[in-house]
Amino acid sequence: MTNTLHRWSEHYAFERGSGAAPVENDYIVFAMATRNLNDDDLVEKYRTFARLALRHNPVNIGDATKGGALRPQPRLNPLAHWRREHRPDPERVINEIDGPTTMSAVFSTFEAMEAFVRDLRDADLGVSINISAPMDAARRCCQEAGIKRHSVEYSLGFQGRVERLPDRVVLEIGTMCGHGMIAHNLVKKLLDWVKEGRRTPKEATQYLARFCSCGVFNPARAEQIFDKARTGTP
Amino acid sequence: MQISQYRCVACGNCIPVCPMGAIYIDPAVGRAQVNQDECVECFTCFRGMSKEHLFPPMVRAIRRVAKAFRFRFDPEPDICPTDAILPTELQWPRIVRRAFSDPQVPHESTGIHGRGTAEVKTNDVTGRVKEGEAGFVIEFGRPGVGARFRDIQKMTERLAAAGAEFEKNNPVTSLMTDPAKGLIREDILDEKVLSAIVEIKVGLEQVPAILQIVRSVSREIDTVVAVGVSTRCDAGGEDPLARLLEAEGYPAYRGKTNLGLGRATQQAVL
Repeated sequence: MTNTLHRWSEHYAFERGSGAAPVENDYIVFAMATRNLNDDDLVEKYRTFARLALRHNPVNIGDATKGGALRPQPRLNPLAHWRREHRPDPERVINEIDGPTTMSAVFSTFEAMEAFVRDLRDADLGVSINISAPMDAARRCCQEAGIKRHSVEYSLGFQGRVERLPDRVVLEIGTMCGHGMIAHNLVKKLLDWVKEGRRTPKEATQYLARFCSCGVFNPARAEQIFDKARTGTP
Repeated sequence: MQISQYRCVACGNCIPVCPMGAIYIDPAVGRAQVNQDECVECFTCFRGMSKEHLFPPMVRAIRRVAKAFRFRFDPEPDICPTDAILPTELQWPRIVRRAFSDPQVPHESTGIHGRGTAEVKTNDVTGRVKEGEAGFVIEFGRPGVGARFRDIQKMTERLAAAGAEFEKNNPVTSLMTDPAKGLIREDILDEKVLSAIVEIKVGLEQVPAILQIVRSVSREIDTVVAVGVSTRCDAGGEDPLARLLEAEGYPAYRGKTNLGLGRATQQAVL
C-alpha cells in the first residue's frame, strides 16, 4: 500500500523546471504494527497515537479500515441540501478503532508534525512510525527530535501514459487520496463549481474528504489549492 | 457494481464520482448505467456517496417539472438521493478487481491484505530491506487510469528476465503461475483494476538497470506507472539512494521516512 507516497507537486512535473515551490503544508505521520511482533494491545496503542495527534491540531486523522474524520453519511434527509453537518469527528475515528489497521495524522505545519513526533518518541508505543512528506522536512524533523532515520522510500513520480492524467491542479488535489478514491472528474466538477461561486473552497474540500477511505486527505492544502485555482492564479 | 433501474432518477451525481469514469446516463432509458468492462469494483460510488432514501417516482416527477421550466436545482454533489447503487456478488475472475481496487477489503482472492506489503514502513521491525539493498514498489494504474494484468505481465516478464525476485507476500506475486518467468494466471489477464503493485528487492548496484527496464516497459503499456524505491539507512541515519536516483534523472523530493521507533514487543509466533 503506497497511499501517501505519490502525492503530486510541481517537483514531479513531467517537464521539470527549477522553480517548484516547496510543499510546506502537508505532513503525514502514520503508525503501523507487524502481526505477531508488536500488535499486542494494539487498539490502545493506536488510540494513544490518535490522542497524542489531537494535541497538535491535525487537519485530519484516519483509520485505514474505517476512514477519516469526515465520512459519508448513509441516512440523510432532504434538508441536508441546505443544512448539513460538515464538522470533522475525530472522536469517532478514535472510538471505532477495533484492531489491525494503519493510523494516520495529517498536519499543515512542520512545527505541529515535529511536536507530535517528539510526543511519539516519548510515548514509546513500539509500533513502526513513519513520516510521509518532503524528504528534507522529514530529515530535519528527525534531527531536531534526536531520531536517526531507519529506512527511507523515495517517490519517483509517474511515467508511462502520462497523457492520460489530468492537469496539475486536479493531480495535486486528487493524489492526496493515494488509494485513488477521489475521482479526477469529481475534482474537476468541484473546481468548476468553486469558480462559478456555487460552492466555497472549504465546501468543495469537505465533499472530497468524505471519499478518502483512510483519512490521509489534507483538507487544508486542498482548500488553498481550490482558492488559488478559483481566480486562475497559476 | 450496478445501479437499480427502479431507484435511479438520473440525477447524474454518481457520474463524476467514479474514479474510472465508468458510469453514464443511457438516454434510451433515462437511467444511469455502469460500463462493466471499465468498472474496477472499487466501491467508491457505493461507499463514498452519502445517501438519501427518497421515493423514486416522486423525485422523477419533481425533476420532470423542474426540467420543463429549465430550473437548475443545486443539490449536494456527493449524494445519491434514492440509494440506487447496488453491489453485485462477484465471481472469479472478476473478484480480483475488487481485491485490487477497494482498499477496505482484504484480498479474498489472494489471501493477502492490501494492494502490497508493508514495504519499509515496518522495516525497523521486520528487517526486510537491509543496507546495500533496494526495495522497488512498482505501481500500475494509479492515479485514476486503472490497469489490466496483461500490461502488468509485460513488466513482470522483463523484470524476471533481469533476475529480479518478486516479494512472496505480495498479491500480484500470489497470482503468478511462474514467478521465475514473471507469468500471471491466464484467466485474469484481461481483468482491470484500479491499481496493482509489483514488489522486488535488488542490490543497490542494480538500481539503474531496474529503472531502465521500468522506463522502457512503461512506454509500451497502456497505463501509468508510479515507482517507489527504498533502502535501509546506515548507523548515522544516512542513505546513498537519493544521490543515485538523482543521477538517474529522477526527483527524490518526497517520500516516506521510517523513524526506527518500532520494535518487537512480543515473541514471534511463526
